[in-house]
Amino acid sequence: MTRLAAGIDIGSMATKAVIFDGEVRGEAVVPTGWEPREAGLRALREALVGAGLSEGRVERVVGTGYGRVSLPIFDRKVTEITCHARGAYHLNAGTRTVIDIGGQDSKVIVLNHDGAVADFIMNDKCAAGTGRFLQVMAGVLDVTLDGLGVLAANAEPASLSSMCTVFAESEIVGLLAAGAGKEAIAAGILASIAQRIQGLAGRVSVLGEITFTGGTARNPEICEVVAAHLGVPLHIPANPQLVGALGAALIGWDA
Amino acid sequence: MTMMKAETFAEIASLRERNVIALKEAKEAGARVVGTYCLYSPAELIVAAGAIPVSLCGTSQNPVPVAEKVLPRNLCPLIKSSYGFAVTDTCPYFHLSDLLIAETTCDGKKKMYELMGEIKPLHLMQLPQVQDEAALDYWVLELKRMVRRLENAFGVKITEDALHDAIRLCNDERRSLQALQDVCRQKPAPISGQDLLTVLHNRGFSVNKRDAIALVDRLTKELQDMAVAGVSPFSAKTPRILLTGVPVGIGSDKVVRMVEESGGNIVCFESCGAYKKVEPVEEGTADPLLAIAERYLRIPCSCMSPNQGRFELVERLAREFRADGVIDLTWQGCHTYNIESYSLKKYLQERSGIPFLQIETDYSESDAGQLKVRIEAFLEILHRSLGAT
Repeated sequence: MTRLAAGIDIGSMATKAVIFDGEVRGEAVVPTGWEPREAGLRALREALVGAGLSEGRVERVVGTGYGRVSLPIFDRKVTEITCHARGAYHLNAGTRTVIDIGGQDSKVIVLNHDGAVADFIMNDKCAAGTGRFLQVMAGVLDVTLDGLGVLAANAEPASLSSMCTVFAESEIVGLLAAGAGKEAIAAGILASIAQRIQGLAGRVSVLGEITFTGGTARNPEICEVVAAHLGVPLHIPANPQLVGALGAALIGWDA
Repeated sequence: MTMMKAETFAEIASLRERNVIALKEAKEAGARVVGTYCLYSPAELIVAAGAIPVSLCGTSQNPVPVAEKVLPRNLCPLIKSSYGFAVTDTCPYFHLSDLLIAETTCDGKKKMYELMGEIKPLHLMQLPQVQDEAALDYWVLELKRMVRRLENAFGVKITEDALHDAIRLCNDERRSLQALQDVCRQKPAPISGQDLLTVLHNRGFSVNKRDAIALVDRLTKELQDMAVAGVSPFSAKTPRILLTGVPVGIGSDKVVRMVEESGGNIVCFESCGAYKKVEPVEEGTADPLLAIAERYLRIPCSCMSPNQGRFELVERLAREFRADGVIDLTWQGCHTYNIESYSLKKYLQERSGIPFLQIETDYSESDAGQLKVRIEAFLEILHRSLGAT
């Protein structure tokens, strides 16, 4: 068994690293930017500094996320689907479904009782229902992602018919021109993400406890809206953004 | 991975180019050429009319942008590609065809054929979309209509004897194709899915069916010998995949390529040019046209409703080829296969519970990153159940 393992999750927007030796010793999140290899190395260095360890002590490095192909230091590459399932199961062994909204895609993963992936479904190739969609829409309203949640908190959602990032953007511009309130539009954006997730979840058999992972799950209002749409409570990890990297580290540690 | 290849493979891999020349020469010597797009086109009638049936191009992304000047962008890529090749005159087989045979399989195709008919003489067969007695009666009439069209176009008479001969020839071709695909029942398979697809794709452009049968038989024998000797590009731990769904060919093979680059092996193609094709026509019956009609109407395409035959075929082939997982490939805009995927998944889950992945994509490479995640994650599931880490 490996004594010290690192998991690096290079996503389209953020790169995450977790150092694990039976418990989490260090973690880091850095923006991926335009150079995923550099982001992966930087996240690892930051996580090691946080853990007070040197790079030489890491015995196994497992890479995941879209950038998993890009780093030669990886001992193994595993998809984010398997890693999110592994991480979520570790944090809550009751997990039978993982909902992950990442920067570039969203997925619903179904787990067996032993934590193995039984089935999964991902959004199709456009940005509908992803973190990127939220980011663009927040930009149209001139707020941050957190600000989008705050705006939406107590508003009655405006109805957004378009899931496509490009069309939704024009729809919002139209709504603003027609005098709709920013709050209602923000609530509409969150509702449209939740509907998308609900649609995805409807295509696999969602059973047992649901763990919500990915950077988007840091936003409490989004968690609330998704839970309301699915009609069940969600388990939200302390840092949902790190679940993929944690899963990667665990897979390295298991080896 | 070292790819040990059968000697005959190289010969078949270059068949497509050589066939163009052979077809041109045959045509200059007076032969008639009939182009087809779909498994529902009864090749026996074309053969019995003394003409050469050829498959036409429709598996490349290249002519899609030109097709989109006329056709809607969100139409299935196979339809756009077929039309694009026709309108740009870049498919040599289309160019050399005297007549096209087409069918009303899906809405997209039948409306596209209205436009294609302006480019070249096209005979559209009205395909029933249910597989019952009334549909069979109607389909026999459609076959008779096609007989008259061929007879008038080429000034020939299609005799019963010629039909019987054509049935035997096409059945021998089916026997040969089945034997080829059945080598992959061996675990591990002696040929990759990518190479198998190349063979299946290229032989569709053959000018002389007997030559093509002999060539495929020779390859099959080599592959059988390799299997006996334990020669394979794969190991016993390689996840074995059955691919079902829309037609695939060279140029629209990105999912096949990605699966095998990611460490899987496609051991069976339950698709139009592959295992859907192998069921024979009953030989020596009193009414050969009826026998042909019965066999073609049974083809389990998603344009049929209901389409129980496909569910049963996929389940049976997955068992017989010892597949570890099923991938259902559906083209964007192919409503029938896309919708049917839900029912197929449910059918398999209720029976064998075999892991199932639907992939919806088109001919372009724009979604390569996302497809790779799906395919690799699916293989990770299969690896785990195969006991490998």
